[in-house]
Amino acid sequence: MLKQCEGSHAVAEAVALCRPEVICAYPISPQTHIVEGIGEMVKSGELKDCEFINVESEFAAMSVAIGSSATGARTYTATASQGLLYMVEAVYNASGLGLPIVMTVANRAIGAPINIWNDHSDSLSQRDCGWIQLFAETNQEALDLHIQAFKLAEELSLPVMVCMDGFILTHAYERVDMPTQEQVDAFLPPYEPRQVLDVNEPVSIGAMVGPEAFMEVRYLAHAKQMQALELIPQLAQEFKAVFGRESGGLVRTYRAEDAETIVIAMGSVLGTIKDTVDEMREAGHRIGVLGITSFRPFPLAEVASALKNCKRFLVLEKSLAVGIGGIVATNVRMAVTGMGLKGYTVVAGLGGRAITMKSLTGLFEKAGRDELEPVTFLDLDWKVVNKQLEREREKRRTGPAAEAMLRDVGAVAARNY
Amino acid sequence: MSALQTVKFYQTGTFTVGNRLLAPEDRSVQANMQRTNSLNSGHRACQGCGEALGARYAIDAAMNATNRQLIAANATGCLEVFSTPYPETSWQIPWIHSLFGNTAAVATGIAAAIKVKKQKGHGQDVRVVAQGGDGGTTDIGFGCLSGMFERNDDVLYICYDNGGYMNTGVQRSSATPSAARTATTMPLGPEPGNPFGQGKFVPAIAMAHEIPYVATATVADLRDLENKVTKAMGIRGARYIHILVPCPLGWGTASQDTIKMARLAKETGIFPVFEAEYGELKSALAIRRPLPVEDYLKPQKRFAHLFGKNPAVDTIARIQAQADKNIRRYGLLAKEAV
Repeated sequence: MLKQCEGSHAVAEAVALCRPEVICAYPISPQTHIVEGIGEMVKSGELKDCEFINVESEFAAMSVAIGSSATGARTYTATASQGLLYMVEAVYNASGLGLPIVMTVANRAIGAPINIWNDHSDSLSQRDCGWIQLFAETNQEALDLHIQAFKLAEELSLPVMVCMDGFILTHAYERVDMPTQEQVDAFLPPYEPRQVLDVNEPVSIGAMVGPEAFMEVRYLAHAKQMQALELIPQLAQEFKAVFGRESGGLVRTYRAEDAETIVIAMGSVLGTIKDTVDEMREAGHRIGVLGITSFRPFPLAEVASALKNCKRFLVLEKSLAVGIGGIVATNVRMAVTGMGLKGYTVVAGLGGRAITMKSLTGLFEKAGRDELEPVTFLDLDWKVVNKQLEREREKRRTGPAAEAMLRDVGAVAARNY
Repeated sequence: MSALQTVKFYQTGTFTVGNRLLAPEDRSVQANMQRTNSLNSGHRACQGCGEALGARYAIDAAMNATNRQLIAANATGCLEVFSTPYPETSWQIPWIHSLFGNTAAVATGIAAAIKVKKQKGHGQDVRVVAQGGDGGTTDIGFGCLSGMFERNDDVLYICYDNGGYMNTGVQRSSATPSAARTATTMPLGPEPGNPFGQGKFVPAIAMAHEIPYVATATVADLRDLENKVTKAMGIRGARYIHILVPCPLGWGTASQDTIKMARLAKETGIFPVFEAEYGELKSALAIRRPLPVEDYLKPQKRFAHLFGKNPAVDTIARIQAQADKNIRRYGLLAKEAV
C-alpha cells in the first residue's frame, strides 16, 4: 500500500510486519522515532506477542537482545552514534555468539565535539565487529532492507545492521510502498534458531575458547560473511519475486556502463550524486555511479567488476579514517588492486555538512581532469582551520579547539568575540 | 530430564549431603538423590572454593523449586571460567555467558523471550537466574543490575561475593572489606590495605529499589541458602540474593576453613544475614554467640598486617564499629532479632 510517511515510521511498521518477539531500546537521536513507533504498536496491542523493554543504556539494550535472541526470540533494537559506541562490547559479543539480531543504525556523527547530525562514522567504526552492514539509499529501501535483514540474519545466524542516514532518511516524509502482512509472511518464515537455551536440550553457550580453536571460530565468522555475499543478492531476487521491486543486493550501478569516471558512495547521498551525474551527462561528461549497499561483507568482486571499464573512480564518503583518509575508499582500493585505476578519496558531509549538487559538480569536473588531490575534504573551510593551526603555533594555552573554531565561524551566540 | 545424570552418593554414612535422619519433606535439596547437580563435578574450581559450593546449592535449589524449568545467565569471572573449560562444561542446565557487566540484562532478555513464547502457546513456564561474582555485580554489572531491579524484570540475580577480583589475581572490588590486602590495595603506607570508604553493600541498594525480595546468605548456613532460593523462585519480579563465599586463594585461608570463615563472618556481624521484602527488612539470622571481629580477621592472610608485633588497634576498632553497626541495623543479636 502506498503511503506518505516519515522514514522512521516506515521502518517501525516494517519491523512490526516481521513479527519481532523482543524489542529493546534506549533513546538516542535520530533513532528515537523508530522505537517510539514500535513501542506504540506494542502498547496498543497492534503488534501482538512482542515484549518491548525500555532499558537503561545501549549496553543493556544489546545485552537484552543477546539474552532474548539466545532464547530463540526474533529480536530487534535500534541505535546511533554514541549509543552504538556505548554498546560495542555487546555488539562484538552478539556476532561472536552468532545471534541473528537486527539493529537499525540511524547513522550519526560521533563526538567529541558532540554532534547529532548525519554521517557514517558510527557504523563504519564497527566495520570489523562481525555484523553485516547494509546501507539504505531511500526510505523505501530502508523499509525493504529490514525485511530482508531478518531473513539474512536468521539464515546465517549472524546479526545485521541496517544503516540509514539519520534525519536525512529517518525524519524525511516520503512515499513508500508498505507491504502487507501476507507478503512479509510469505517472504520471512518463523525464526528457527541453530542454538537456543532450551530446558529440554540444555547447552552451554559462551564458553571460553583458547588458542586451540579461537582462530577457527573466528574464521567461521569470516566464512559466514563470505556466504552472505551469495545470499544477499539471492534474497534481493526472492524479495523482488514477492514484493515486485528491486531492493538490497550488494551494489547498484547507475549510468556506469560507458563511464570514464565512476563515483562510489553509500546511503542517501547517492540521490544527490545521481542528479548531479544526470546534469553532467547532459553536458557530455562520461560519468556514472556505483552505490554500495552491502558494506559488510564488502563485495570486492562486484566493485572490481563495476569499475573494470572506467579510467578513474572517486569515493565520496561520509566518514574519516583519521590519519589515513577514507574508510570506504580503503576498501574500494583493495577491490581494484592491480587494475591501474586513478582513485580519489573525498571526505564529505561530516556531522551533517550539506553535500550540494554545486559542490559535487565542481568536484567531479576536477576529478575528470585528474586535478583532484588523493584525499579531499569537500567544502572544508580552510580559513577556520588555518586560523586555529596558527593560534596553536603562537600560543600554548589555546583552550578547547572546537569552541575556538566555532567562535571564528561566529555561527552561534559567540558573535561578539 | 534425560540429559541430566542421576546423582550417586559415594559418601554414605556421613553428613556431607544433608541430614537424612530428617523426614523426607524436611530434607535439603542436596540430600535428595534426585537433586540435579546443575553444576556438576569435575570443574576447575580451587579446593575449598566457596563460590562453587554456593552456586551448586543455589542452582540446585532453584532447579528443584522450578521443576527443572530453569535457564542461567552467568557473568565473566571465576564461576564462568572454572565451570566451562570447553569442550568440558559442568552445567547440566541451559547456560549462557555473554560478558562481564551485562548479566542482569541478558537475563532480562531471556525472561522476555520466555514470556513471549509462553504467550504464543508454545513455551513452558521457564524461569531465569542470573549469577555473577562481586566484581560483575557491584562494580561493572551494577548499571544493568539496577535497570533490571527498577523494571522489576522476572529474574533472580545471585551475587557470589568473595570480596574481590579473584579470577584476575585478587584485585580490589567495591565489595572488598576495609583494610583488606589485595593486589591493588597492598598493606603499605599510612593506611595499609583497602582504604575505609563508605562501603557499597548491594543488598541494601537492592532494598532501596523496593524489589519483591532481597536476601543475604552464606555458605555456612546452606539450608538457609536453599530456603531463600526456594522462596525467591516462588516470587515473580526482580529478586536478589547476595551470598558470602569465602575464597581461600584471595583471603589467604586454609581450604578446609571456607565454611568456618563464612560462619565467623556471620557470627561477628561482619556479614549480616537477612531477608527483605519490598524494601522492608523481614527477618535476620540471629548471631548465636557474639564474637569479636578479630576472630574473623586473624585467620586471614589478607588482614595479617593488622596483627603481628604492633597490632593496628585503631583499624581493628573501626572494623568492629562496622560490625556493631550491622548488628544494630539488622537486629542481629538474638533478643533484638526481627
